[in-house]
Amino acid sequence: MTTTPSSQNLPGDPGTAVPAEAGGDGRTPLLGRRAAKVDRLAELMGERADDGHGAGVWRTAFRRLRRSPMAISGAVIVALFLLVALFAPLIAPYSATSQAWGNEVFPNQNVFVGPRAENWLGLDNLGRDQFSRMVVGARQTLLVGVVATLVGFCAGALLGGSAGAAAVLGGRRGAWYDNAVMRVIDMMLALPTLLLAVTVAALVGPSLTTVMLAVGIAQVPIFARLLRGAMISQGSRDYVLAARALGVRKRRIALAHILPNSLGPVIVQSTLTLATAIIDAAALSYLGLGNPDPSFPEWGTMLADAQRFLSSAPQLAVYPALAIIVTALGFTLLGEAMREALDPKLRK
Amino acid sequence: MLRFLVRRTLQLIPTLGGLSILLFVWLQRLPGGPEYALLPDDATPEQREQMRRSLGLEEPIAVQYLTFLRRILQGDLGTSLQTGRPVLEEFLTRFPATFELSVTAMAIAVSVGLPLGYLAARRRGGVLDFAAVGGSLLGICTPVFFLAFVLKVVFSEGLGLFPSAFRLSPGLSRTELSGFVVLDGLRTGELDVVWDALLHLALPGVALASIPLAVIVRMTRASVLEVLDEDYVRTADAKGLHRSTVRTRHVMRNAMLPVVTSIGLLTGSLFAGAVLTESVFAFPGIGSFVYVATQTRDYPVLTGFILVIAAMYVLINLLVDISYSLLDPRVRAQ
Repeated sequence: MTTTPSSQNLPGDPGTAVPAEAGGDGRTPLLGRRAAKVDRLAELMGERADDGHGAGVWRTAFRRLRRSPMAISGAVIVALFLLVALFAPLIAPYSATSQAWGNEVFPNQNVFVGPRAENWLGLDNLGRDQFSRMVVGARQTLLVGVVATLVGFCAGALLGGSAGAAAVLGGRRGAWYDNAVMRVIDMMLALPTLLLAVTVAALVGPSLTTVMLAVGIAQVPIFARLLRGAMISQGSRDYVLAARALGVRKRRIALAHILPNSLGPVIVQSTLTLATAIIDAAALSYLGLGNPDPSFPEWGTMLADAQRFLSSAPQLAVYPALAIIVTALGFTLLGEAMREALDPKLRK
Repeated sequence: MLRFLVRRTLQLIPTLGGLSILLFVWLQRLPGGPEYALLPDDATPEQREQMRRSLGLEEPIAVQYLTFLRRILQGDLGTSLQTGRPVLEEFLTRFPATFELSVTAMAIAVSVGLPLGYLAARRRGGVLDFAAVGGSLLGICTPVFFLAFVLKVVFSEGLGLFPSAFRLSPGLSRTELSGFVVLDGLRTGELDVVWDALLHLALPGVALASIPLAVIVRMTRASVLEVLDEDYVRTADAKGLHRSTVRTRHVMRNAMLPVVTSIGLLTGSLFAGAVLTESVFAFPGIGSFVYVATQTRDYPVLTGFILVIAAMYVLINLLVDISYSLLDPRVRAQ
């Protein structure tokens, strides 16, 4: 292990170098356990080729990504998912909500209809075309994932970005603000994300909006910590010094100089968050905190709904479950491959 | 060592203080507020007003916070709306079941995860490595409650290998010393009870272990890979030390630090996972109680659960710190 740049430091004293060996435990006990991983990602983006020539971190990372089977399989899955979600109304052969075959399915008598020529994946428990529901559900699932990630991203970036900018440019009062914000963030980071989401959802009441908000809020501390770390590690760069020497206004330095250079790790994290969001949304649906209107399909709701028929019609649960697992896997593979491509320690 | 312990314990005080403020703000300022959760939807504004007053919500915020703090310190988490009994009492009677389940899950995760992660790192790029990494990614991406259902349908309802619900088979007689079934059985020598309890723990234990296992495998693998590159490992190998000595004394001891951290973190999240697993197996622990609470919006139970989890996190982090200092003398010297 080597001495790491300032992003590993205590929230309280940016500037003093703490050796990495002590980095994880130099903090107060509760704070920043999971933070180590987040910080590592933030710090990596700071490591640019400083020799003036040679490829930038992004270009080499991209070159490595193209050779990684993990990245390729992840990208293929994600691309397929996006295509299905975007063109859902064109792909789905039937309406996802009309109970067109309602007279053929009797859940309480264990009469279900499996795959057949007109309904490729069979019918659901109310006689709706399962394939159409899966296809349209992809769109809803994407919506939940993207909105939840955006909520986490925006709120987290606002908190973390302002803390990071304050720490770098704000002097003494900035450090104080940064310290205060990060204390709160670190404590939020200490609670399991699902639990955080459950409490929000349980107290606000079940709806699709709640799910998106709850899952998003649970991701706020991760994004905040990540962006702050990246901004602080950018803060000591020469270009920031140059901008300050030229008399560029602080707000402009933060927004136009530091921020664009710090977004890399946050974008990587967004990919991973999309996967978590989809899984957590399913868990919330299972807990009865999801969309109370099951007519409009969403994979999490479909899966939670189908648990009731698991022994008599397992396929109703298996389709959405597989779809969730594969999609989450796609985003995770892509995100992890991106993280690995950016991390010189993991290269070989 | 003693000084280290005292210092670490004292450091908990500001953390706990901050956490209590955070939770207070979190719980009090949520949209709707408690009076909406406690009253039926068609309550009149006057009723809401009265409820707010009786809950002390009209008091100055500082007074509210102090009242909140005093209640927690007295162990008063409110009264469950479902059962009408104190929340803390409900948690305490169900705690042994959840504790046994969590210990089972963690034992599975650690005993499988550590060796698997080590072997995957040793044979980097091999079939085992590929399977371990792929399997752990898959584990993270599988919704826990779905896995629990699949396990139940396949191994319990399908193959009949394991019981599908509860902690013990009905009709089994046992001497009840405490809520800890396995421990009681061992103390009284009723081995049939122990075996029966273990069978009941197996499936929920595996389901609950899936995410910790996946995380531990990946953490161990990454951490071991990093340590294997170190000069001292090469030196130890070059000195001709036995492979198992290098493994335990040089590689694992150094690689364990980040893994211990994540094990600590995961133990806390087990209780959140228990909400998903216990309800599937009708396991009578805190998890299934909270599951019902989420369905019925039992506000005191939910907030009490957050408080308990938060307190556990603080405690577990203390334990992690202590185990750190046992593993790594550098932490103590600092």
